[in-house]
Amino acid sequence: MSLIEVKGLKKSYGDVHAVRGVDLEIEDGEIFSLLGPNGAGKTTTVEIMEGFRTRDSGTVSVLGFDPQTRGHESRKWRDRIGIVLQSSADAGDLTVLETIDHFSGYYSNPRNVDEVIHSVGLVEKENALIRNLSGGQRRRLDVALGIIGNPELLFLDEPTTGFDPEARRAFWALIQNLRSDGTTIVLTTHYLDEAEALADRVAVINGGVIIEVSTPAELGGRATSQATVAWRDGEITKSERSDNPTELVAKLSSHFGGEVPELVVSRPSLEDIYLEMIGGSHE
Amino acid sequence: MSKIPSALSLGIRRGNLEVRQFARQRESVVFTLLFPVILLAIFGSVFKDTIAPDVTFSQYFLAGMIASGLVNTGFQALAITIPLERDFGALKRLRGTPMPASSYFIGKSILIFISMVIQILLLLGFGILFFGVELPTDINKWITFSWLVLLGSACSTALGIAFSIVPKSGRGASAVVSPIVIILQFFSGVFFVFTQLPTWMQQVAAIFPLKWLTQGMRSVFLPDSFASQEVAKGWETGKTVVILLVWLVIGIFFSVRKFKWDRD
Repeated sequence: MSLIEVKGLKKSYGDVHAVRGVDLEIEDGEIFSLLGPNGAGKTTTVEIMEGFRTRDSGTVSVLGFDPQTRGHESRKWRDRIGIVLQSSADAGDLTVLETIDHFSGYYSNPRNVDEVIHSVGLVEKENALIRNLSGGQRRRLDVALGIIGNPELLFLDEPTTGFDPEARRAFWALIQNLRSDGTTIVLTTHYLDEAEALADRVAVINGGVIIEVSTPAELGGRATSQATVAWRDGEITKSERSDNPTELVAKLSSHFGGEVPELVVSRPSLEDIYLEMIGGSHE
Repeated sequence: MSKIPSALSLGIRRGNLEVRQFARQRESVVFTLLFPVILLAIFGSVFKDTIAPDVTFSQYFLAGMIASGLVNTGFQALAITIPLERDFGALKRLRGTPMPASSYFIGKSILIFISMVIQILLLLGFGILFFGVELPTDINKWITFSWLVLLGSACSTALGIAFSIVPKSGRGASAVVSPIVIILQFFSGVFFVFTQLPTWMQQVAAIFPLKWLTQGMRSVFLPDSFASQEVAKGWETGKTVVILLVWLVIGIFFSVRKFKWDRD
């Protein structure tokens, strides 16, 4: 059985059908990314899996448990998952160390507090009040609180919004470390490069349904799509789409007698594919 | 694997954290704890009359201030700060952890109880030093005082948590909650002698807990001879207990059933 199984999930808010029949299977140990524009049903789907919202119909199993259940069983389930929400701020009158240490007390088998502070790179800030942290540092604290319980499954919602490129790279390394420790990660993000760098599989959701589930390299037929070869011929830049770019480059090379000026061979980026997919299904 | 911590032990942990957090918010410490003392200073300085033999206005007002302090530090503070925590996303984050709702409520109760005790000590100390307030010597009055504080703070805490579902946003919470508290204070005989208020005001006040807490505190701090000057010609101790208990149950019911962790 998969770690997360969603079948025929539906949810409406009044007349708005936010989720209209979503099926998903997320496997143990993978980083699974859910992509979709605002209002696509992404947040609703994730929040149902996180147990924050109830569903109208369909079945949902997360770690073998229905997230809608309440009571003591629900506590035992929450003990095994970590959630990093999109925006959580606090009044900020506690230090980083106090906050992480306090949250560690909620779990039966927490990670070591110092190790977690180290892994999110907040060692120098551990005695700083939360209110004095920068946006990126606060976000790293959010992640620390998401992983302090040593979760089997971690939900990350837009984790790197507001990060500078360097902080984002460091964050990606942290997520990859978590995965190699065996944590399954469900990532929702607006950044296609982030999904590409981290995710083993991506699902594109739009209009309340899943359009495709695939690896980032294969999404939307990306791996087999035509490549674009561009070069400079005198004053003008030329480009040609081709199924056999290597052949074309060889031809160009003999035409120019060696080096092709300003040669670029590219395939559509994940972003190109994604935009095409969600644009094509717009109603 | 070890077991999940109990709701009570997590509640105590939360209480510890809440107190620490509160102590670091200097403005709210000063406002919450010293405001009643400042009011006592103002009213005690303005109204120097005696309202009955051996009963100064300060003595009467002190009883009212202790009672309304229970409402301020509990009901008012919670009904304003919980919507703020909800806006920040702090409540939703807690909801996503294995910490149970009851631990959150226990933590709040601990914070409220400690701040009430501090506030009462400040009021009593200030009243004794500057306004000649006399403390009761009868042990029974102190027993009454103890259960009034316990029941009053429980009631005020539960109702504050319950009422936190009413304000739509943290920013607007104060505008919703504060007028209710101030009107109740006027109606319940905190600022004025209750028997001098119009009857309709007395009747409205009698529905809510503050009137009964105020009257209960008068039974502690005023001489028994004053009982005959109450509306009911007595302290109505039994009725006070019943009404506070009813409000406590209402507060707990709505807190447990309707508490909102998330904005939407």
